[in-house]
Amino acid sequence: MFKVTIDGKTIEVQEGTTVLDAAKMLDIPIPTLCHHPKLTPFGGCRLCIVEIKGIPRPVTSCTTPVSDGMEVTTSNPYIEDLRKTVLELILSDHPNDCMVCEKAGDCTLQELAYFYGIRENRFEGERRIYTKRDGNPFIERDLEKCIMCGRCVKVCDEVEGVGAIDFGYRGFSSKICTPFGKDLNCEFCGQCVAVCPTGALTGKMWKQKGRQKDIKEIETTCPYCGCGCSLTLHVRRNEVIKITSREDTLNEGWLCVKGRFSYSFINSPDRLTKPLIRIAPKDQSNPPLPPFVKGGRGGINNSLLVTRYSSLFREASWDEAVDYIAKRLKTLKDKYGPDAIAGLSSARCTNEENYLFQKFMRAGIGTNNIDHCARY
Amino acid sequence: MQKNNLKKVIVRVCIGTGGLAAGGKEVIDAFKKEISDRCIDIDLDFTCHYQKVGCRGFCARDVLVDVVDGDKSLTYQCIKPEMAARIVDEHLIGGKPVKEWLIDDTYYAFHAKQKKILLKDCGTIDPEDINAYIDVGGYSGIKKVLSEMNPEDVISEIKASGLRGRGGAGFPTGLKWEICRKTPGDTKYIICNADEGDPGAFMDRSIIEGNPHSVIEGMMIAGYAVGSDHGYVYIRAEYPFAVERLRLAISQAHERGYLGKNIFGSNFGFDIKVKLGAGAFVCGEETALIASIEGQRGMPRAKPPFPVHHGLWGKPTVINNVETLSNIPYIIRNGAQWYASIGTEKSKGTKVFALTGKVKNTGLIEVPMGITLREIIYDIGGGIIGDREFKAVQTGGPSGGCIPAEMLDIPVDYESLAQVGSIVGSGGMVVLDETDCMVNIARFFLEFTQAESCGKCVPCRIGTKRLLEILDRITKGLGREGDIELLQKLSSDIKAASLCGLGQTAPNPVLSTIRYFREEYEAHIRDKKCPAKVCRDLLTYYIIEEFCKGCGACLRACPSGAITGEKKKLHKINPDICIKCGACFEVCKFKAVGRE
Ligand SMILES: Cc1cc2nc3c(=O)[nH]c(=O)nc-3n(C[C@H](O)[C@H](O)[C@H](O)COP(=O)(O)O)c2cc1C
Ligand code: SF4
Ligand code: SF4
Ligand code: SF4
Repeated sequence: MFKVTIDGKTIEVQEGTTVLDAAKMLDIPIPTLCHHPKLTPFGGCRLCIVEIKGIPRPVTSCTTPVSDGMEVTTSNPYIEDLRKTVLELILSDHPNDCMVCEKAGDCTLQELAYFYGIRENRFEGERRIYTKRDGNPFIERDLEKCIMCGRCVKVCDEVEGVGAIDFGYRGFSSKICTPFGKDLNCEFCGQCVAVCPTGALTGKMWKQKGRQKDIKEIETTCPYCGCGCSLTLHVRRNEVIKITSREDTLNEGWLCVKGRFSYSFINSPDRLTKPLIRIAPKDQSNPPLPPFVKGGRGGINNSLLVTRYSSLFREASWDEAVDYIAKRLKTLKDKYGPDAIAGLSSARCTNEENYLFQKFMRAGIGTNNIDHCARY
Repeated sequence: MQKNNLKKVIVRVCIGTGGLAAGGKEVIDAFKKEISDRCIDIDLDFTCHYQKVGCRGFCARDVLVDVVDGDKSLTYQCIKPEMAARIVDEHLIGGKPVKEWLIDDTYYAFHAKQKKILLKDCGTIDPEDINAYIDVGGYSGIKKVLSEMNPEDVISEIKASGLRGRGGAGFPTGLKWEICRKTPGDTKYIICNADEGDPGAFMDRSIIEGNPHSVIEGMMIAGYAVGSDHGYVYIRAEYPFAVERLRLAISQAHERGYLGKNIFGSNFGFDIKVKLGAGAFVCGEETALIASIEGQRGMPRAKPPFPVHHGLWGKPTVINNVETLSNIPYIIRNGAQWYASIGTEKSKGTKVFALTGKVKNTGLIEVPMGITLREIIYDIGGGIIGDREFKAVQTGGPSGGCIPAEMLDIPVDYESLAQVGSIVGSGGMVVLDETDCMVNIARFFLEFTQAESCGKCVPCRIGTKRLLEILDRITKGLGREGDIELLQKLSSDIKAASLCGLGQTAPNPVLSTIRYFREEYEAHIRDKKCPAKVCRDLLTYYIIEEFCKGCGACLRACPSGAITGEKKKLHKINPDICIKCGACFEVCKFKAVGRE
């Protein structure tokens, strides 16, 4: 254990703890932009600089491990002045269009500019202009807002193991690049969006859907797979407009493309919300299926659906539907034996549900014809 | 005709990069041809060798050719292929040197104050032949180390020599090795930093091209001292010639069993890999260099941990500069005492500089530490071209500063140069005269550092861009009151807040030019004038009445039609149309065009 004194307060910490983490334990705030607790330290934004007795120049607290007896000053006029210069420099190369930015109200850069009271900028000058819009379906990449903190690069490499993006070019023109400058084509897990401290990375489907203040956050579990990641639904006027996940959950805030972006089904008019029972006999029924019409919600033109299926199905209650299924299964089993029936379950279900399902098939129906997309 | 009988005549041709650019290869071919032609024709009775050697330093007088006749050696300067025939006829055959082509006093003056340790062999041995190096004592250092010394002895010998890193920071080499040796670990690495990214620097390249085996031997000794059996040379791909020579040298050393396992029958083994860099200045920074070898983007990381603790692939690693390593065999061969006797109290040995700019004799020089700038510029460099007035000398490349005339008598060593706001750095030395604008010089270096910043940290990536923009507008006549203070404030913040040496030193050219040439900045900002008459936007061209003969040359030369006037009458420049190209200034034979 090392003893370290930060702004006059002393604490004992484990060897290897960074000055920034030690300060956090003492509840001493140090501003950061590029730091993320789940990623390896970067030391690029230079905001977390502190003074350490015996070291002639300021050092970044995120990269400096404590040593025994270390004395740290996290704030004095000199350090705050340096931080202000750094912030002004960042803002001198930023669109500063918070009025229309998707991230406003939830943006670390905006918050720091507010706390440091930056209005005029001594360093105004050329700003990077990128006109090309990334054509990928999920992630809006507005690189003019990028502050090059490198969090997205690291999360993609260290957490997602994909490495779809990296730094490119040098000097003022350096930027986060996709391979060969093409449209982003990756897992679309959105981990990078989750860690971006600015409005550089946002969800395309979030656009103009609502500000944070109008949003009700609802905690729930992702329905897509058995992992059961925790989701935070951002709901405005009874519509889910964005999904995030908190860092203190089992999945540590990481999600996959389905959990993070595939929520448009919730309010889709195509969504089946009640059981349907077939009314037309099977053999003579099926009119040739019309081709899928692109452009409607969920990719299918809704009006076509209604006219086509309303002649084939009728709505039923859950009780009626379950009874109907039970009756039909029983008939089939009596007639052809239990092995005429097979069950296919899904990785989307929880372990408990999958257990129950195989139990139902084996004990209830009496067959071993049971499988699962990821195998039982 | 027979007086050269049985004597061995050697013709040496300089084929360093400077020599090659000046036509060294063609000169060799010419000599080869002339000699073989004559041999067949005249059937002479002496053996004549032509020999390739590395850079001799005096690039302004390339191609240099030595004719060694027994113990007498004469040097020709500025030799072209067509001159070979006459030298062969008159000197080699006739025994009478071609006097007017021989080197003159300047050549001797150029060498008089130099102290050549590294460059001595560089200019005399064939770099493509391991035997040439062995003949001058090469590889005896590693032999001695392996047979007589234990690693600790080697480290204390290097410590006693006082050798400090030549890559820029001047860290004591022996101490670096000692720390690495003491760091626990089975695998350790030696890296030779041959990235040499400073604009205008070519010391490391010349050493590798002229004496690659000395670098290899230095690395082997370092490996033995530190406990490493594996070395990397990180060299920029823009040095294809140096890479080729280095690879050849490594393969020759392998063939001899000097590299590989059980070197000289000992337990010590060492091997060297060559890694090519893609020519990013920042990849010379040690942590960025390591990242680059590991296959990542060359971006520096925060230190500590230092490479000696956590280096390549996370293993303890010594990174040394080419020149540093090249010094090692000579120190081991001649002893620490000998090395420490050269130089000043805190800076020992010699340093190689690339002397360029407005001096008469440009080239590569090796001088003892502690020599004064005046000696370098006036004695070795021969003074300023056109005997104009000396203004400043820029040392240390983009990380360094400008030293003004008042300080010409300071000694060249790590501490003294740092004290006046510059650095020894890797050894660039650019001499500036009254026709150089200091604001423009600062702008030039900032343009370089800005483009080479890795982009990782804000003060360097955006801060240097803003510095450059401010300097740019000053040179364009758009400077504002307060710009000097803003430059100083931003510079000191960038220095304090940047992550690596690049950002921490990038503002030095700005700060040192403001420090010593503030009035020049003020003239640009307040009077919108460039005293050195360099900044185009600040110049006005006019015609001096009493000199103008009305010849019309300026009128014809002006591309924008700004000049009017009838024949034999006074001409006039309309400043509103003038685009300040200077064409009239160049063509007027009567010096009737003025500018200010
Ligand atoms: C931006 C930057 C560029 C550098 N470039 C070089 C270089 O080209 N060659 C070199 O030997 N050292 C260079 N260095 C210094 C190295 O980081 C390192 O200090 C040096 O190689 C150590 O060797 P030495 O102790 O022998 O000097 C550079 C440093 C910085 C910050
Ligand atoms: S969406 Fe996921 S895979 Fe794609 S770049 Fe971002 S982190 Fe990487
Ligand atoms: S896109 Fe966002 S996370 Fe990525 S470097 Fe830029 S600001 Fe950081
Ligand atoms: S100081 Fe410049 S070169 Fe060094 S890490 Fe920062 S941005 Fe990169």
